[in-house]
Amino acid sequence: MTGVLALIGRNTLAFLRYLSGLYDLTSEAVYWTFVAPFKGREIKWDNAFHQMVLAGVNSIPIVSLISLFIGVVLGLQGAYQLEKFGATYYVTALVGVSMTRELGPLITAIIIAGRSGSAFAAEIGTMKVSEEIDALEVMGLNIVRYLVVPKYLALLVMMPCLTLVSDLAGILGGGIFEIYQLDQTFAMFLSATRDALVMRDITTGLIKSLVFGLIITEVGCYEGFTVRGGAEGVGKSTTSAVVVSIFLIIFADVVFTAIFYYTS
Amino acid sequence: MAHDFEGPMIRVVDLVTYYGERRILNRVNLDIQAGETMVILGGSGTGKSTLIRHIIRLELPTSGHIFIKTHDICHMPEERFDLLRHKIGMLFQSAALFNSMTIEENVSLPLCELTQLEDSTIRIMTRIKLDLVGLNGFENYMPAQLSGGMKKRAGLARALAMDPEILLFDEPSAGLDPVTAAGIDALILKLKRAFRMTIVVVTHEMASAFLIADRITVMDRGEVIAVGTPDEIKASTHPKVQQFLNRTPEEEAIDAQAYLRTLTQSGE
Repeated sequence: MTGVLALIGRNTLAFLRYLSGLYDLTSEAVYWTFVAPFKGREIKWDNAFHQMVLAGVNSIPIVSLISLFIGVVLGLQGAYQLEKFGATYYVTALVGVSMTRELGPLITAIIIAGRSGSAFAAEIGTMKVSEEIDALEVMGLNIVRYLVVPKYLALLVMMPCLTLVSDLAGILGGGIFEIYQLDQTFAMFLSATRDALVMRDITTGLIKSLVFGLIITEVGCYEGFTVRGGAEGVGKSTTSAVVVSIFLIIFADVVFTAIFYYTS
Repeated sequence: MAHDFEGPMIRVVDLVTYYGERRILNRVNLDIQAGETMVILGGSGTGKSTLIRHIIRLELPTSGHIFIKTHDICHMPEERFDLLRHKIGMLFQSAALFNSMTIEENVSLPLCELTQLEDSTIRIMTRIKLDLVGLNGFENYMPAQLSGGMKKRAGLARALAMDPEILLFDEPSAGLDPVTAAGIDALILKLKRAFRMTIVVVTHEMASAFLIADRITVMDRGEVIAVGTPDEIKASTHPKVQQFLNRTPEEEAIDAQAYLRTLTQSGE
């Protein structure tokens, strides 16, 4: 019995330590991004642009392709249900609203967690193992400012952009199905989409995507900084960066969706 | 070189460090004078690398003090120590070059980030440092393209970039063949003669220690067991020092009962 209690206690403590580590890293990153530039400590813009290309621009093809497929699937599944009521006209609305409110931000976040979150953990973890982090510290360069802030900025800018790309691709995927299968014209598809969507659908999705971007950067970098042991440690941290960030993304999704639901 | 203070450059006072339950450093006291080359000699796991990591504040002790000039670096705010850091250079065991940057970018990084110098000035200073370590012409190479010895040299050029007063070496000859290691030793001697810096070298290579040291500190199990000139160390009668010099293997204490206990005990 005491063994079980001790196990629960140990794991709870470890979880709380993890959260407080994440909190410390986040507050330092926020300081160096939003406060320090006004005190004459400039942001490393060229690093940030480099990260934006790596994490954002290079992800456009995969994000659009996957979202397109999801859009087609949503159309198929929606039609299967709505056919029974003769309401296939509403498939367009179903695809549009579920992409912008939910699936666009979520799919983007999961792809970016797998692509960039793991890359952040691997990059920082390797630097940690090869003493590069120590070397930066010895030079008196702030490691958060130098390594975390560019990634943080990159995702803050790129996550909403990629989410919009995903929204568009998903709606288009739904449209392809509707036009070929449900005998709609492109104009009908467009007007049905416009009727179905309100601005709030898109903005709530974008707000979520900002939160997801924050989670991916912080978890990826934190896992990198806490690497122990050599190459094996880097592998473990990379894996848990993806697993933990996807878990936290889904958790945040629940919280934010509930907030938007009850405040609308 | 004139100094604006009295006493040793680095003074370690009663330094104690625990990693969890394990004691790594046990009341270490050490004075390193300005301009001297101090070699810290000891086997693996004797705490010598931990000591050097404390001197540059990569780790903080459980108790005790380290003074650099007159500043107590263990008990000062991070921002104030940053200013002092610019006067200390360190060569890491793995050279710790930034793998995503060229050699030139590596060496010029501290100058670009910490000074307001013109790009052209930084370029010239970088070339001078690379020339000093014999890496002229390798500016545009990536670290992965260099051999182990060349990486160490590049790491040294980076450590020298800010013209430090104190230079720390963590196992400079680790992982190098004897000829390349001798080359690094010769480089340390050259720097010592040219700049009169305070140099601290952590190593287990005796030949290299006796070649470059003004004074040697021998460590064992987190304690300083002997300090002196190379001749004094050679003449030391301390059994551990003699054991190290004569490369006698550690005798394992045989306690049958304890051994049996470790075999039969279950985990935890």
